[in-house]
Amino acid sequence: MLTVDAVSKRFPNGTQALEAISTRVGAGDFVALLGPSGCGKSTLLRLLAKLELPTSGQIRWDDGHEPGAGEIGFVFQDATLLPWATAAENVRLPLRLRGISAGESRPAVMAALAQVGLADFADARPRGLSGGMRMRVSIARALVSSPALLLMDEPFAALDEFTRHRLQEDLRKLWRQSGKTVVFVTHSIYEAAYLANRIVVMSPRPGRIAAEIAADIPDTPDRRVSAGYVALVQEVTETLRAVMPV
Amino acid sequence: MSSSLERVAPVFFGLIGLGLWQGAVWALAVPPYVLPGPIAIVNAYAGDYGTLNAALVSTLTVTLAALLVSAALGVALALAMAASSLLRAAIQPWAVILQVTPVVAIAPLIIIWVNQPFLALVVCAAIISFFPVLSNTAAGLAATPSELLDLFRLNGATRWQTLFWLRLPAALPYFLAGLRISGTLALVGAVVAEFVAGSGGFASGLAYRILEAGYRLEIPRMFAALVLLAFAGIAIYAALGFLAAFLLRKRDGA
Repeated sequence: MLTVDAVSKRFPNGTQALEAISTRVGAGDFVALLGPSGCGKSTLLRLLAKLELPTSGQIRWDDGHEPGAGEIGFVFQDATLLPWATAAENVRLPLRLRGISAGESRPAVMAALAQVGLADFADARPRGLSGGMRMRVSIARALVSSPALLLMDEPFAALDEFTRHRLQEDLRKLWRQSGKTVVFVTHSIYEAAYLANRIVVMSPRPGRIAAEIAADIPDTPDRRVSAGYVALVQEVTETLRAVMPV
Repeated sequence: MSSSLERVAPVFFGLIGLGLWQGAVWALAVPPYVLPGPIAIVNAYAGDYGTLNAALVSTLTVTLAALLVSAALGVALALAMAASSLLRAAIQPWAVILQVTPVVAIAPLIIIWVNQPFLALVVCAAIISFFPVLSNTAAGLAATPSELLDLFRLNGATRWQTLFWLRLPAALPYFLAGLRISGTLALVGAVVAEFVAGSGGFASGLAYRILEAGYRLEIPRMFAALVLLAFAGIAIYAALGFLAAFLLRKRDGA
């Protein structure tokens, strides 16, 4: 899908957020960017979304196709819904910004809400929804324009453990079924190991790629407690300890 | 039970205060031109309610007009300041200068410059009441969550879409909080302007009646006008509070 080629990012205040990052995101990949706070993983995600520009290096899209409005779905750490709009109106926002009428976007909005299991909550306002449901609306909003690339910035970090597990399972299922490319920022080893098929481990100050770990555990019902998952968590933990001695 | 008691408590407390006041006036035989008792004040109002009510309406008209001007001007300037940092730099110091200059000091000039008395009063009242709307709305526009701004950018939103669908509705609670402060300031401004204008002004508002009653030593009537002013201030504050609660409930759903 895209190649990150020797990308560095230095902020105007002098902070070197990223240094010489090179990696690839293949079409259909689920890449987890894993690292401690301050390792620049969110910055890298913002660079991919073109919300920031790299100081040097470049991000090349396969076929030279630069994604335009609505071709990248972005999910933030908070649900960041418009409090005055219903769930359906929030999900519709990306389409509305591109001038698509309410009637025309209705099927896509309902499909996106159904994808996250909120078909019955189209008319609910954010304040009437739980934290997990708000995040689901936020994910539906990112999916509504059918982007090929979904960027997620620690979307489940603020949720309780039970809700987080449910959302992780649903996201993994959604990725399996839709074949979308996902880049997922997290600071949780367990989350990265559970969700991704490739884990990019980053080390902080300045942000560098410390290791890349392939993660292909079969999607069985007992995935979260399977021997493969436990072994992967162990491998990632050891890698992190090796690159970041305490 | 305790909540209904709490609701009655201030009324009860007020009645005791009024009773003590009346009792002291009677017991010490205080002449009404020094301190009238509550009964004398009520009588003064009953004897002249036509004029006093008309004066109240006049002052409230000026207040309301000034509040509308404040809201429009405050929002317009806040938008200009949010749109460009150059405009912000240009406007902000002048808004502060206007705010810190006592309106009593500039009111005489305005009354000379603006020939139409009603307009002159509105201008004075608006000068002191527009600042809270301006500063609050500007703060609200600046406090739009950056992630939502990013989201709008990612989806190719235009400047106007971002303004009308995100920044303005996000600033609504700030604007309403500012409007509530401006409402009471507009009343203060209207009264100050009437005082300064005196008989050269509109000559019909409550402040003018207070001046007039003072000249004629009709102290109970002066108090009656004061009480009306106090009630008007409370009513404006409460009404804008209800308006804010209503609009925000409407915006965010029940």
